Amino acid sequence: MKGELLNERALVMAPEDTVATALADLDAGERLDDADPSVTVAEEVPFGHKVALADLDVGETVRKYGEVIGEATEPIAAGEWVHTHNCESTRGRGDRAAAATGDGAAAADGDAGHAGDGR
Amino acid sequence: MDTFEGYRRPDGRIGVRNHVAVLPTSVAASPVADRIAGDAGRWARATPHQMGTSQPEEGRERTRSVLAGIGRNPNVGAALVVELGTEDIDADDLADDIAASGKPVETLTVREVGGTAGALDAGADILVDLWDEIGDQRREEADASELVFAVECGGSDATSGIAANPALGDASDRLVDAGGAVCISETPEFIGAEHVAAERCADEETREKLLDRVERRERLADLMGVDMRGAQPSPGNQEGGLTTIEEKSLGALAKCGTRDIRHVVDYGEAIPVGGGVTVMDSPGYDVESVVGKVAGGAQVVAFTTGRGSTTGNPIAPVIKVTGNHRTAERLASNMDVDASAVIDGEPLGEVGERIYRTLLSVADGAETAAEARRLEEFAINERQPRELAAEGQR
Repeated sequence: MKGELLNERALVMAPEDTVATALADLDAGERLDDADPSVTVAEEVPFGHKVALADLDVGETVRKYGEVIGEATEPIAAGEWVHTHNCESTRGRGDRAAAATGDGAAAADGDAGHAGDGR
Repeated sequence: MDTFEGYRRPDGRIGVRNHVAVLPTSVAASPVADRIAGDAGRWARATPHQMGTSQPEEGRERTRSVLAGIGRNPNVGAALVVELGTEDIDADDLADDIAASGKPVETLTVREVGGTAGALDAGADILVDLWDEIGDQRREEADASELVFAVECGGSDATSGIAANPALGDASDRLVDAGGAVCISETPEFIGAEHVAAERCADEETREKLLDRVERRERLADLMGVDMRGAQPSPGNQEGGLTTIEEKSLGALAKCGTRDIRHVVDYGEAIPVGGGVTVMDSPGYDVESVVGKVAGGAQVVAFTTGRGSTTGNPIAPVIKVTGNHRTAERLASNMDVDASAVIDGEPLGEVGERIYRTLLSVADGAETAAEARRLEEFAINERQPRELAAEGQR
């Protein structure tokens, strides 16, 4: 596996990443001493989800795989769970384009499914 | 040298299965096609789909070309085209397209043989005749370079990007190094990782084509005024820990390995044999995406899933790979390769080698979990009016 293990419990994919992926259900209070600087998990982080390795301000980029995966929408402290509640994509945001042009009609039909067809 | 045993077709291509395909030209002929194949035997495979008897021109052309591609796929030894008789796709034309590859093809018109009852009887007779023509064909040795390997992911979670996709990517590299072809699709899942893919393109033309297709998919979301996050990552992906499309894309791209991207083709278009890595412009819906690649000639599919997809395909065997140890246990009867050991420290190359060996053995005839359970989902991507409108605004 590529990346660096933190106490066998989480995985950092690249040195410049600001999040690690939980390889088990992490509990609040758990320490990831292998991180530099070390991090105390602040809340439950489920298997496969991300924990912050650094403090992030609103608008700051979140990095995984050594790449930008989105930006913080709330202040995030090291050790906190990073997910859709505090991190969002900067891409494919037709809703923002619609809001900027005042074109609410297109947004109102809500057919996001075809744009992404996600599974 | 890496070899397998397959069925040599008249056009020189090599199949890994010897199916008689039963291809309906519309939804109206689909139940009959399904019944005819179901009553015949395991060698007969139907491709029932949802498209109507009369479609707008662009939609009709896509349906027709996908069905022709499926019929020409080397896993198909012979084909029967079934129509109700009112379709604007002409069964004889479609049959001619398929027969151009040299294989026996017949047609059946439900309205001309006494309705569905007559069609079931006539269809059964035709299938037996077609099987008589190809059923005794023996496998012969073929080189790995003759394989077109489709890579797909569905029901992804965080383990997909960490374990299953990189392991499949390692297997993809092995096949490309052996001279074979790998095809990745699902353009929406390049968004946020297109710069990484662009760096891998062999030449400027391929790079521009790839970036154009990715931009078009993203612009579609903008034109429709929607937040792509409604579907990408999907609610299931999000439950599995994926937060943004960028994160999903970076993980998804890993499954086509690290070798040069040499071609970009459209949905269902022929994938060059021996062409290294090809990107097919397709939607992110996995069943339609797999069908596009099989229409393009892929003989074997590898499908990674973290959350546990069970889907298969009627024409090409689908190898299921998971990087999630919980899914490997819970869905053991649907999985072919457990790549979760990557997370426990098994070297990526060892799991990649295991997937590559599985690919060769499946090409040799080994049955996949999806084949054993006859999971044969088939759907054709429909060209939506808004998609066409978006193209008009290019």
